[in-house]
Amino acid sequence: MRISIDHRTRYTFSEPQARVVQLLRMTPQDDGAQSVIDWSIDVDCDARLRRGTDGYGNISTMLYVDGPVDHVEIVVRGEAVTYAHAGPLTGTVETLPPVLFLRQTGLTRPDEAIRNFVSGVCGAVASPQRRAETLNIALFERLGLRAGRSPKARTAAEAFAQGEASTRDAAQVMIAAARAAGLPARFVSGHCLDGPNVRNHRSAHCWVEVHVEDLGWFGFDPSMGRQPGETYVRVAIGLDASDSTPLSGTRMGGGIEELDVAVHVEAGQSQ
Amino acid sequence: MNGAFDEIRGFPGDGAGRPEFAPLTKWLETMPRAELERRQQAAEAMFRQLGITFAVYGEAEADERIIPFDIVPRILTAREWTRLSAGLEQRVFAINAFLDDIYGARRIIADGKIPEELALCNPQFRPEVVGAHPPHNIWAHICGIDLVRTGPDDFWVLEDNARTPSGVSYMLEDREAMIRLCPELFQMFRVMPVDSYTDLLHQTMQRAAPVSAGGNPVCVILTPGHYNSAYYEHSFLADTIGVELVEPADLEVDDDRVWMRTITGRVKVDVIYRRIDDDFLDPLFFRPDSLLGVPGLLAAYRAGHVSIINAPGTGVADDKAIYSYMPDIVRYYSGSDPILPNVETWRCREPQALQYTLDNLEKLVVKLVDGSGGYGMLVGPTSSKAEIEKFRAVLIAEPHRYIAQPTLALSTVPTLVEQGVAPRHVDFRPYVLTQPDGVKLVPGGLTRVALKEGSLVVNSSQGGGTKDSFILADEGAVSC
Repeated sequence: MRISIDHRTRYTFSEPQARVVQLLRMTPQDDGAQSVIDWSIDVDCDARLRRGTDGYGNISTMLYVDGPVDHVEIVVRGEAVTYAHAGPLTGTVETLPPVLFLRQTGLTRPDEAIRNFVSGVCGAVASPQRRAETLNIALFERLGLRAGRSPKARTAAEAFAQGEASTRDAAQVMIAAARAAGLPARFVSGHCLDGPNVRNHRSAHCWVEVHVEDLGWFGFDPSMGRQPGETYVRVAIGLDASDSTPLSGTRMGGGIEELDVAVHVEAGQSQ
Repeated sequence: MNGAFDEIRGFPGDGAGRPEFAPLTKWLETMPRAELERRQQAAEAMFRQLGITFAVYGEAEADERIIPFDIVPRILTAREWTRLSAGLEQRVFAINAFLDDIYGARRIIADGKIPEELALCNPQFRPEVVGAHPPHNIWAHICGIDLVRTGPDDFWVLEDNARTPSGVSYMLEDREAMIRLCPELFQMFRVMPVDSYTDLLHQTMQRAAPVSAGGNPVCVILTPGHYNSAYYEHSFLADTIGVELVEPADLEVDDDRVWMRTITGRVKVDVIYRRIDDDFLDPLFFRPDSLLGVPGLLAAYRAGHVSIINAPGTGVADDKAIYSYMPDIVRYYSGSDPILPNVETWRCREPQALQYTLDNLEKLVVKLVDGSGGYGMLVGPTSSKAEIEKFRAVLIAEPHRYIAQPTLALSTVPTLVEQGVAPRHVDFRPYVLTQPDGVKLVPGGLTRVALKEGSLVVNSSQGGGTKDSFILADEGAVSC
């Protein structure tokens, strides 16, 4: 399937900024389930872009903007061809062994409620793969999906307690639960043609990958209660949302910033 | 003191003390106490004037204090130092090889020498720097190795410090004070000089530069600021070496290169000796809530345009849980047995070790695996029953966070205290530098002394002091 993506991020500052430095993880890579045909990052002001990789093997782009500047608009456009696949991921860049992804972080550390949920749902399930599948469905049923972007820095435990989750929250709860069940799990940011945010255009998508020993990494999308297929474009991974976030930035200057995001994911060739 | 070995007087019952240091014993006996005290006070006045102060965490009035200085030196002979330096060189070589491996091919894990989970799930293992290639594969350019001694030839490594070890300014200032106040001791003993340390450090910084920096790399020292407890040392080193002392706000990253803002424009920086923890280096890659840090620094580092001393991520080599594997790590990379042994260590994450620890709390020292500065530890023999029981509960709740070690009969050195000259326990932290052609050492280090009678805790934050460490060019006093 051919999927085109147009992802615009606009920061507007109430006061001019002396400098803006941003880290983008917005460039997908080829793997067994996707080929990137064409990809570009454009900025609407004087800026230097530097491409590199981060520790997880994601493509990173540093963006250095000279001031004074009162807004920055970043347009990421591209196309990928995706393939239906079954079984574990193939051809992904792996710089770290699965065991690292057992490590809980401040955002994913499970509380007693999550632990109890895990033992209740899959305590009796022996097969690791079945355990992950069971958790994914159970979380999908348990968490009411909240559209759009989530408030920053909500932990998995907080989201689980409230019972209402953004895609980001759902992914982090799934990670917390999978790791609590002894399964390495990681955060994936990317795009989905038929995801929950595709109509409101307000955000990209995110999901989870769980490692099953001797088999490999499997995708799980707890906000949709399914496994990712050919409607998904995988972009970046990390231990939690904070280290695989598409865009993080710092600015030098006062005032407040306003953020506007528009994501269009469409089938077929872009116009 | 419970039969502890005294480095000057020997074991209790050894009579007149170690003959090679007889002139020092005589000096101590003949020097009027008032004169010793006068000199000690003169040294402390000098330190106060220089501003060698530190702040103690967790105290209401965060007074700037000076670390108490003791006028009686500790002495190591040339033979003792030769063995120590061989051991230090071997250990620090292994630390660097381990870091390069653990952030690269991870052969040591593939070969089953250390548990994968212990290394990679350790919070000090930083996935952010996986795949980084610091020049010459040196990660820990400056290590402080904490040694303790229990007998004439029994030195043990208590702790490795591979992040940003501090205290070297005391090594240098204590020597200055001793030369000025006790010149006669330098007639008695041929003491090897330590003042080449700063040149060696400068050379270490320059030689760590990326190849692209060319022949005259720009080096800076990065401090969190004047409220940091070791700020004096940061400014002292920058002054002595002749490099800029900068705070994060003085640096900016542009085009994956680091620049220092100056009044005449910006200057490209090639080497940063940072005295800031990993967490606060770069808010884009590490702690996003950090207001400190230089945004983009890690990108510049990963791109190979700047060197960071020590490299981010070195904490995984000095973590106390990894420490217990150091003998295997040394053997794995150096191909020979460690010259300097570890102190026996029980990993409380292992059920049997935990049981042993719980059964013997009153005899053991229990430490946080990721703690430092003497915080969050239990010294069994000097703790009350109530303290032990309180600690027991903490240990049972989170055993994986602790290790336990036997209480060693640490060596003592005569020390001037209120009651006169009396033995006090000491440790020793030599500073080990690594350059492309190998490990470099100055003959010296920081001797910390526990000023309270019987105390084994030498940390300055816990009431410890310092004294000069004489390394001799020969086997004893000139006059013997």
